Amino acid sequence: MSLNTPDSQVCLWTLAHDDPASLATYTANGGYQALRKILADKTPAEAIIAEVKTSALRGRGGAGFPTGLKWSFMPRSVPGPKYVVCNSDEGEPGTFKDRDILIYNPHQLIEGMIIAGYTLGATAGYNYIHGEIFEQYQSWERALAEARAAGFLGSDILGSGWDFELYAHHGYGAYICGEETALLESLEGKKGQPRFKPPFPASYGLYGRPTTINNTETLASIPWILRHGGQAFLELGKPNNGGSKIFSISGHVNKPGNYEIPLGTPFAELLEMAGGVRDGHRLKAVIPGGSSAPVLPADVMMDLTLDFDAIAKAGSMLGSGAVIVMDETVCMVRALERLSYFYFEESCGQCTPCREGTGWLYRIVHRIEQGKGRPEDLDELVRIGRNIGGNTICALGEAAVGPVISFVKHFRAEFEHHIEHKRCLVEN
Amino acid sequence: MLTPESLALIDQEIAKYPPEHKQSAVMSALRIAQQELGWLSKDTIEYVAAYLDMPAIAAYEVATFYNMYDLAPVGRHKITLCTNLPCQLQGADRIAERMQAKLGIGFNETTADGRYTLKEGECMGACGHGPLCLHNNHTLHTHLTPESVDKLLDDMA
Repeated sequence: MSLNTPDSQVCLWTLAHDDPASLATYTANGGYQALRKILADKTPAEAIIAEVKTSALRGRGGAGFPTGLKWSFMPRSVPGPKYVVCNSDEGEPGTFKDRDILIYNPHQLIEGMIIAGYTLGATAGYNYIHGEIFEQYQSWERALAEARAAGFLGSDILGSGWDFELYAHHGYGAYICGEETALLESLEGKKGQPRFKPPFPASYGLYGRPTTINNTETLASIPWILRHGGQAFLELGKPNNGGSKIFSISGHVNKPGNYEIPLGTPFAELLEMAGGVRDGHRLKAVIPGGSSAPVLPADVMMDLTLDFDAIAKAGSMLGSGAVIVMDETVCMVRALERLSYFYFEESCGQCTPCREGTGWLYRIVHRIEQGKGRPEDLDELVRIGRNIGGNTICALGEAAVGPVISFVKHFRAEFEHHIEHKRCLVEN
Repeated sequence: MLTPESLALIDQEIAKYPPEHKQSAVMSALRIAQQELGWLSKDTIEYVAAYLDMPAIAAYEVATFYNMYDLAPVGRHKITLCTNLPCQLQGADRIAERMQAKLGIGFNETTADGRYTLKEGECMGACGHGPLCLHNNHTLHTHLTPESVDKLLDDMA
C-alpha cells in the first residue's frame, strides 16, 4: 500500500483534484453513491451498523471508541426528536485535521452525517465548529446549501419519503466544548460545562433527547466504508485499528502538515514524509496524540507504529493523531509550563480538583521554569496529579495531569537541573 | 440597538433550532452583536437575551465563559496570537516579541490611538500552519515571520 496517496486515503483524497471541495468533484468520484444506494435499497440500520463494526473504525476525536458499538447504543425506535451531532470543535493543541476535512472534503462529511442520521433514526443533525475557524463555518454552510439544492437534505430526500436536516453551530472559544457533554450544553446555548455520565448522550443528549456524537473524521469515513465495504476499510489499517488516519504533525519538522496514512504505519515513516526533524537537529521527544497524550522519548517513539494499541502499550495514546515533534533545543520544563498553562486556562471551573489543581500544577511548573523551584516540587506535582485524576466529572483534569507526570518521568534530570541550578540544562 | 441586517442574521441562526430552544442561538447572536458594535456591553447582552426570550443572567454566563467575546472595548484590530506549544516550537515567541515591540504594548493592552489590541490565544486548530494569529476573531493569518508581521499590521487600516 502506498503511503499518503489518494488510493489509501479515506478523507483527504479530494486534494488530488483541482477543485477539491466542490460538489462536482465529490459526485464525479463516487460521492453520495452510498447514500443513494441505502435509500434506494432501504438498507436496514442493523446492516449498516454491522458494516461499520466490521470496519473496526474507532473514534477519531481522541478516545478511539469503536464507532459501530457506539451507534448500536442509540435507541432508534424511541419516538420523537433524536439527533446526530458532529464534533468539529478541534482545539487539542497539535490537532488540525478536521479543519482540512471541512476545507477540502465538506461533502463527504455531509454524506456521512446524513447516513448516520438515517442509521440512528435521527430527525436532525448539528455540526459544532470550533470558534477560531469562522471561515470554515461559513464554507461548510455553503456546502450544506449545495447539498440541499441537490436534494440530499430536506424533506423526502431523493424520493425516499425520509426527512432530515443538517445545521452548522459555531463555537466561540472554549477547549472544553470538545468534551461531548460540554458540547451539548454549549449547543443548548449554555456555558460549556460537562454533564455527569450516566446518563450517556444516547439516552439523554441534546435537549434531553437520544443523541449520538462523533468526530468529524469519524463521520467523514462512513461513506467510504459503505462504498468499499467494512472489510476493505479494515484492511487499510490493521486488526482492531481499521482504516487510514490523518496524522497532524507539527513542531520541529521540515514539513508540518496533515498526512493521511494507514493505521499501523511506523512513526519513522511519518517523520520522513514530514521532511524529517528540522535541518541540523536531532529528535528529542514526541507527543504522539495531542497535548493530552503523555510525551515519549525519541528512542521509544522511533520504534513505534502509529496505531491505537501500539501507542497505548508504550504508555501514551494515539488520541487525535496529533504528533508534536521536539528536537534537542527544547527545554522540557518550558514546554510543560506552556501546556500546563493551557489546561489551567481552559478548566471550566466546575470540579474543585481540576479548577484548583490545574492552577497549582501550572504555578509549580512556572516557578521551576523561573528558577524558583524547590526540591520537593517534583513529588508535589505527582501528588497533586494523583488527586485530580479520577476525581472529576470529565477527562480534562486527567488530560492536564498526563503531560505533567510523563514529562517529569522521562525528563526528570532537566527538572532537577532547573531546581538546583536555577537555569536551563538545554542551550537554545 | 442592532441593525435590521444583524437581526436578520440572528433570525437565520434561530431558525436552525426547534422553536422552543431559541437559546441555542445565543452564541451566534452574541457574536453577531459583537461584530456590529465592537464589544459586548451589559446592555447589549441584555438586549440579546430579551430577543431570545432567555434570562439575562444566562446570556451573561455565556458571554463570560467563551473567550472570544469582548466584555470591554478593544482596538479596531484585535490580534490574537496563539502561543501554545506547537506554535511556540515553530517560533511564536519571536512573533510575540516583534508584535509587542512594534506596537509598544503587551498582551491584553490596546494602543493609545485605539487601533490595535493584542491578545494571547489558545489553540486555534491550525498548528501545522503556525505561528498564526486571528484578526478580529474571524480571519486567520498563518506562517507568520517577524517580517510578515510588520506588513500584516501596517496593512490593517
